[in-house]
Amino acid sequence: MSCKEDRGTVKIVDGRYKPSGKFHYPAPNTPIWNDKGELAGVTNPRDIVHIHSYGGEAIFFESLGKGKLMASRCDNPDCETKGSIYMPFRIHCPDCLFKNTVLDITDRAKNNAIVHSFMITERTGAFNTLPTPIKFVNVEFDGVCTILMGALIRGEPKMGMRVVPIFKTKNPDYIITDMCWVPADWPADDLPEGYTY
Amino acid sequence: MITFSDRQLKTPKLQRPVYFVTGGMTKFARAFPETRTEELCIEALTEAASFINMTPAKLKKYIHSCYYGHFADHFGDQLLGESVIHDRLGLDPLGNVGIKTGGATGGSALWEAYKTVASGYSDCALTMGWERMDEVPTDEGNNYISFAADKDWETPMGHIYTGYYAVMAQKYWQVFGKEEESFRRTMAEIAVKNRGYARMNPHAQGPMDITVEDVLESPIVAYPLRALDCCLMSVGAACGILADEKTAYEMTDNPLRIDIAAGSHTLRVADRRNMEIPLLPNETKEQYADLGQRFPGGDRYPGFTGFLAARMASYYAYNMTGVQDPTKDLDLVELHDAFTISDIQSYEDIGIRPYGEGRTYVESGDCYHTNPKTGEPGKLPANLSGGLIGCMHSVGATGIMQVIEVGQHIWNRWAETHGDESRWERYGREKPKDWKNLQVKGAKRGLAISHAGVGSHVTSTILQHPDHILPGGMFE
Repeated sequence: MSCKEDRGTVKIVDGRYKPSGKFHYPAPNTPIWNDKGELAGVTNPRDIVHIHSYGGEAIFFESLGKGKLMASRCDNPDCETKGSIYMPFRIHCPDCLFKNTVLDITDRAKNNAIVHSFMITERTGAFNTLPTPIKFVNVEFDGVCTILMGALIRGEPKMGMRVVPIFKTKNPDYIITDMCWVPADWPADDLPEGYTY
Repeated sequence: MITFSDRQLKTPKLQRPVYFVTGGMTKFARAFPETRTEELCIEALTEAASFINMTPAKLKKYIHSCYYGHFADHFGDQLLGESVIHDRLGLDPLGNVGIKTGGATGGSALWEAYKTVASGYSDCALTMGWERMDEVPTDEGNNYISFAADKDWETPMGHIYTGYYAVMAQKYWQVFGKEEESFRRTMAEIAVKNRGYARMNPHAQGPMDITVEDVLESPIVAYPLRALDCCLMSVGAACGILADEKTAYEMTDNPLRIDIAAGSHTLRVADRRNMEIPLLPNETKEQYADLGQRFPGGDRYPGFTGFLAARMASYYAYNMTGVQDPTKDLDLVELHDAFTISDIQSYEDIGIRPYGEGRTYVESGDCYHTNPKTGEPGKLPANLSGGLIGCMHSVGATGIMQVIEVGQHIWNRWAETHGDESRWERYGREKPKDWKNLQVKGAKRGLAISHAGVGSHVTSTILQHPDHILPGGMFE
């Protein structure tokens, strides 16, 4: 139905999105018949590409491809929760709504990240790109007030185990799966294609 | 926020009492391949009218504004679906609005209608909810549901929502379940109970006569959650009619007082920050002073083990209505058992049991219609409809179905609506030979919890028989 080679791309020119290429691939409807041979409905196939802004989170997603994990911190001296470090990255402090300071926590993640909880699933929804079984880990960092969810891409998850991030530094997709997790001390020559410590 | 001001903790005070006049629902099924959504909604409204001996045309004459809930436009592939339904119900030119709060959509739609009547804007309001989850393949449905998580940070992790509950199940099992196999069996017992109660409900999609072993041996969906731990994916509609006191008594001799409150918390579990446990009327700060000693890790509140939104919705609702202790003051509950683990979590959030002790609600037999240990009536029966696990989760309709089910007990009409042979026949379902009347005898008050996401929105709805209103509520 769709032709990936023609997939549309987008640039920003003069503050506006500038799409080029094909963004939708129409296909004909097909009838749905009941067991008596009567018409019950039709299929409505379509293939659409959404255009999405990361806004102030763009630095987080771009940094993953450079092997960096960027968090954010509230530095408003008048905020009742000043100094709180957020991972997931928050553009603004949820209490005072001041813009947070971007903070590189790559070393912190490499040295003291542990599994808070986890789950394993063989089932996925449509459009999943992760290999199955998928293993989620919820990762705690020293001094960070929230708990990040990510995919454990090697080894078996366990509560309290130390994990380290790996990054898709070769041909990044610029999505959250550009960062995955492996058990601490996992051999560097056994990482998925394109990922590095 | 992790601290709350007095203004934020104020008990809501409405302009006038609101009544639940009637409600109606369709049967629920995985698919209705030869029925349009509007047909389902018209059936639900017709049921509601019939319940108070009215024609739909007469009931419509009372309605002044309308509140429609369906969670995902994606499923129906129809933006402004509310407008389609509103037109097909023949309710133009009345004002109407669509409400979307994920799994809590039904409860939230009722909440909007409730405030509308309480404010005086409308004397009578319609709430109608539905979901059309059969018009995409199941894996695409799971993909759509996963977009109710954060699409940048969570959805790409497998596009499977059950996973987000599985991590909570894992943590709760470690902290409060102490990694005991007996706790896992208690979770499974909830699935057995709710699917068993669904057998007595002609509306129910997933009735099953199963054992704990069946649950524990069912396929893993997201470890540790198995297929029979999980709610259904459903199609169907439900509606409720709310009115002020004068109008309600013009429409029926038996309206029920209704009060609804709402709470919220972060869409991502990841964003939960530590805070003190907000207390319900039946709790003290001292009782949680050693929570972390009794349950290592349990002092991280709400962590992955509690739902702050459910706690806050109940905090407001209990203070609005005078509920001091839900087990003593209520006669039954309908909880949002999207997964067996979230059912247990909710027992604690809404104060049926203290934090850490949710499992005892099941293990004591208190949550049953008839306590299997004593043969006596359960202290606070839960999910006699079958819940989301056994009856349905047609998302926009779910919270409304729950309130109707609670109402039918208080009206003492549960047997009429669930035992009627013609209804079973009309739905193409066989009434079990061992069908049991689950009417809660003497039910005067009940509660329904409508819940979204991993706890992003929760509503707490309390129904009371007008002759048995608790003291201490907001109108005293």
